[in-house]
Amino acid sequence: MAGYAGQFLRVNLSTGQIDKEKLDLELAVKFIGGRGLASYFLMQEIEPDVDPLSPANKIIFATGPLTGSTAPTGGRYMVVTKSPLSGTVASSNSGGFWGAELKRAGYDFIIVEGKSDKPCYLHVNDGSVEIRDAANCWGKLVSETTELLLQEASDPKARVLTIGPAGEKQALLANVMNDVYRAAGRSGVGAVMGSKNLKAIVVRGRGKLKPARDDESKTVLKSVLKKISENEVTSKGLPTYGTSVLVNVINESGIYPTNNFQESYFPTADKTSGETLAEKYLVKNTACFGCPIACGRYSKVGDVEGEGPEYETIWAYGATCGVDDLEAIIKANKWCNEYGLDTISAGATIACAMELHQKGLIDPDEADGPALEFGSGEAIVEWTKKMGACEGFGAKLALGSARLAEQYGEPELSMSVKKLELPAYDPRGVQGHGLQYATSNRGGCHVRGYMIAPEIVGLPEKLDPLSLEGKAVWVKAFQDLTAVIDSLGICLFTSFALSADDYKDLFNAIVGQDLTTEELWKTGDRIWNLERLFNLKAGVGPDQDRLPRRLVSEPIPSGPAKGNVHRLPELLPEYYKERGWNEQGLPTEEKLAELAIA
Amino acid sequence: MVVEVRLFASFREGRFKEKELELPEGSSLGDLLARLEIAQKDAKITIVNGSAVSAEHKLADKDVIAIFPPIAGG
Repeated sequence: MAGYAGQFLRVNLSTGQIDKEKLDLELAVKFIGGRGLASYFLMQEIEPDVDPLSPANKIIFATGPLTGSTAPTGGRYMVVTKSPLSGTVASSNSGGFWGAELKRAGYDFIIVEGKSDKPCYLHVNDGSVEIRDAANCWGKLVSETTELLLQEASDPKARVLTIGPAGEKQALLANVMNDVYRAAGRSGVGAVMGSKNLKAIVVRGRGKLKPARDDESKTVLKSVLKKISENEVTSKGLPTYGTSVLVNVINESGIYPTNNFQESYFPTADKTSGETLAEKYLVKNTACFGCPIACGRYSKVGDVEGEGPEYETIWAYGATCGVDDLEAIIKANKWCNEYGLDTISAGATIACAMELHQKGLIDPDEADGPALEFGSGEAIVEWTKKMGACEGFGAKLALGSARLAEQYGEPELSMSVKKLELPAYDPRGVQGHGLQYATSNRGGCHVRGYMIAPEIVGLPEKLDPLSLEGKAVWVKAFQDLTAVIDSLGICLFTSFALSADDYKDLFNAIVGQDLTTEELWKTGDRIWNLERLFNLKAGVGPDQDRLPRRLVSEPIPSGPAKGNVHRLPELLPEYYKERGWNEQGLPTEEKLAELAIA
Repeated sequence: MVVEVRLFASFREGRFKEKELELPEGSSLGDLLARLEIAQKDAKITIVNGSAVSAEHKLADKDVIAIFPPIAGG
């Protein structure tokens, strides 16, 4: 069974039982792997309305069929579970090296069930799998934990996935970190690990992975590598400046949310841009497993150093908190990585708290730290540490902006969809991207269908960002293709250079199938509908396909995109129709039968 | 007419970050790119007063023009 390892681990932390189960190839191909297949397992094995932080929830660490292969960027894995932040299905995606190592150890997935009665970690060394005591590293930061576990493994080539103190304390913004700096960031997946007393998973794999069709695979790889090396974004823009090269283009387009989306243009954005990062703080580029792009940044400010910050992080701690101090942003990013917090949600929640403070709704005595003033570099750094440790008012922030804003009687001041904080693009100036935010199966997310590519940077072609025409079609296509790419186990950034045909060719050559491009698109549609079904059963229905009130009713007050609101009510019916759903936004029986997930 | 020109990423190398330039009346974005010695095919994202425009776009006094090479991220 090429591409797939052919088996997965099932670990029950309540009983200590560890099983190795065979993967059904037909089922795997039907959902590709990774996000798609793991979502299927989750749907089959838990009640969608389960309490996400109870032992009845499961958490799946899933690779795709291209993870660990020779396909470029084949280092991705996903953490799939029910999100404690949004109540939706969560599929949080990360790079680095851990995913490829798991595949080489001989497993496509690890399904973790139940709850350990004391802190533990999982040690996977090829065929040997053990649940070990984590007393030594419980309470430790991510870098300390990684170092300790590598010492215990006595193998410097082992790879460590871990939560930080935030995950242990079940902060709803907690992420899962791997290889010290890479994050399965969104949806609070780290809190689910914490709820199970599972601190980490150490993996060492020595297996060799071979494609099903050697000659065909070489031809396809040569072709896709050529496209990546000839594409100006993947060969020049991303390697030279990293993701934060976007700061200026998004700001100049007038869609760079500032001060918790009260404005959409940040006059001093360039002080925090990729250009400035490269000029002042960049030490070196970094790359994940098998990646020819190397968009990662390693930066240093005084004695604070590490990977990042990425574009979204720079925005979440920068413009939307009104902060143009890049050194403070680098430090806040570092503390997020050490405590194991999602940088987007953490920064955006501080921004929400700053607006609540601005409106006089938070008692200064209650907020036991630096004043929550827009523009304060000290506030973003210190509050991040308090959130990570769940100390004092930081514990409230660590539950996310939706719960925070609701507590102070202003739920619409949380700039979130389905309780997941929105990332770094104001949808009032990018109509397709806003539709994608509102309909994303995991909530306010940019990487479920990155409409910024056509609407702002002109890839694969330039669309008018303010026009509604054809946007529902584009959003559906981007969402479906993204579901495919995630499930394959490679990086979304390849899509700047590659097409659906390329992904089909990679899959067929490595797995040994004869899927058509049309079938690949249909698989993306199937995964999307499966996730939608999970959410419906979990109680997150079409009424949650919405945007914060500010974005649909308050025009952007100034800057290049002044005067625009998001026109979601006009777009949503067209989107439902394009999806083959009924007018209420529910998948029809015919649609589900067509996708064979009825 | 006087316009404000902002250059980004690799276009800053050997040029400038931000500058006011005087242009002949009726100048197009393409004329500006030629003056800056930036090939039209390399200027993948060109924004005038917040809206993406093409090389044929006629510039006006006090326009703010942002010029980017091919970039993306997210």
